[in-house]
Amino acid sequence: MKVNQISIFVENKKGRLAEVTKILGEAGVNIRALFLADTSDFGVLRLIVNDSDQAQEVLRKNGITVSKTEVVAVAVPDHPAGLYSVLEPLQQRGINVEYMYAFVDHYGDKAIVIFRFDNSDEAIRVLTEHGIAVLPADKIYGI
Amino acid sequence: MIWNDEFETLPREALESLQLKRLRNVVDRVYNTVPFYRRSFDEHGVKPDRIHSLDDLRRLPFTLKQDMRDSYPYGLFSVPLDQIVRIHASSGTTGKPTVVGYTRRDIDNWAELMARSFVAAGAHRGDVIHNAYGYGLFTGGLGAHYGAEKLGASVIPMSGGNTKKQILIMHDFGSTVITCTPSYSLYLAEAIREEGLDIRDFKLRIGILGAEPWSESMRDEIEAKLNIKAIDIYGLSEIMGPGVAIECVDAQHGLHIWEDHFLAEIIDPDSGEILPPGERGELVITTLTKEGIPLIRYRTRDITRLIPEPCICGRTHNRLARMSGRSDDMLIIRGVNVFPSQIESVLINIKGIEPHYQLIVDREGSLDTLEVQVEVNERTFSDEVKVLQTLTFRIQKEIKDLLGITCKVKLVEPKTITRSEGKAKRVIDRRPPA
Repeated sequence: MKVNQISIFVENKKGRLAEVTKILGEAGVNIRALFLADTSDFGVLRLIVNDSDQAQEVLRKNGITVSKTEVVAVAVPDHPAGLYSVLEPLQQRGINVEYMYAFVDHYGDKAIVIFRFDNSDEAIRVLTEHGIAVLPADKIYGI
Repeated sequence: MIWNDEFETLPREALESLQLKRLRNVVDRVYNTVPFYRRSFDEHGVKPDRIHSLDDLRRLPFTLKQDMRDSYPYGLFSVPLDQIVRIHASSGTTGKPTVVGYTRRDIDNWAELMARSFVAAGAHRGDVIHNAYGYGLFTGGLGAHYGAEKLGASVIPMSGGNTKKQILIMHDFGSTVITCTPSYSLYLAEAIREEGLDIRDFKLRIGILGAEPWSESMRDEIEAKLNIKAIDIYGLSEIMGPGVAIECVDAQHGLHIWEDHFLAEIIDPDSGEILPPGERGELVITTLTKEGIPLIRYRTRDITRLIPEPCICGRTHNRLARMSGRSDDMLIIRGVNVFPSQIESVLINIKGIEPHYQLIVDREGSLDTLEVQVEVNERTFSDEVKVLQTLTFRIQKEIKDLLGITCKVKLVEPKTITRSEGKAKRVIDRRPPA
């Protein structure tokens, strides 16, 4: 149920982001979702791609620092308090969200949100118990 | 093992009387053959016959690097050129290079002292010595080369650069000893790993590393990554080149300075006064046997202290503590003395950090700023920004704890700090000259 996300260290300098996306593009890697967390000096670019192994390999070959993390893709009801309905049961069980970002695409009438939890397995169990759809990895890679 | 039992274990009393005899001889020689010394001794009102004991050395004036520059190129030579068989020069980062000349006997003595140094480091006949010090005007390459041949080892004259080829030869030729700078040895270790090779398939046993200051923690890192004993060697072209002093493998603590050829003093760099034994200060060397270009009380600008206690290896020659830096490498940042090696020791003690760093010193208004650039790697990288920020805060705090100055820590992408195949360039000082 977990989705592979790759994270890339990027210095805040001109053209760096373009370079990273060029490397991925030339390797035929398609970006499904992305989020850039930045500070004044550097950023961490988080990507969900169609082929994370391939992406990791080409980035490494180009001397880029990259790591792989497991995240959870959740179908969130697209109406007021929709996100709350997902977070509330997690909070009750003491599960923390390290970070999250919304997916550009939709899943039926639901929005897709990517979560990085401190305990993914437990989070998936709680969400499933509450009837909240956790999206399988191949669904996400193939969108 | 000891190369020259007679001289390396000479009882202190005999060693000191030999030093005095040689000192009187060299002082007399320079006074009569080098106009610079005649003038300088006369100005200080001291004649060579005033030297009755080693203690009288303090009556003599210092020789400075600037004196060598002013005498460019051959002004300090003590013999005519027809007796000089080799000329070396130090890289002149500011202005013209410093030139040194060697007579045949100087070259022989140098080979002898390098052979002693190799043996002290644990090398012997039968070793394959991979000499990655640069050959050329720099003294490192040829200095180590002649010593290795004198020892009877098989020397590979690699010189610096072309890392891929270095690795190929080291692997295929079964090199057992490597001579290079400490920063290059780490660079090699990194390159070996990147080639997908296993260090256990190499036969390296010993690294004889010098030509730049390094730290104890960097030694641990080198020893672990290359699976060798890392030995600190000291030398400077003005005095001879590599092999002026070296650690013995027995103690790996302090560098024995070959006292039958060099007289060492430790002075306060500001006042020029001789410091009590064991105190840290600037190393001053008088060459006792050099013929081509003998130097009296040469200020090396290297900061160290004397370790007067006898060593377990049996050598009677005093040891110098690991150099903490060169007084002209020392940065003064907001009034605080900072050696790049101090910052290095902080970085190396943080798990996962690579010892590739650069210090950028600048000035904003009237305030000095220090930026420490550190490379991120897969061990320190995290997808969580706060983990990376915690790392930068930790480095910042440890530097503050050690030096009392606040710096900015900047994480940079791997391989963005220039790798050096010779001496590493650690500092970029952008402050306008005073």
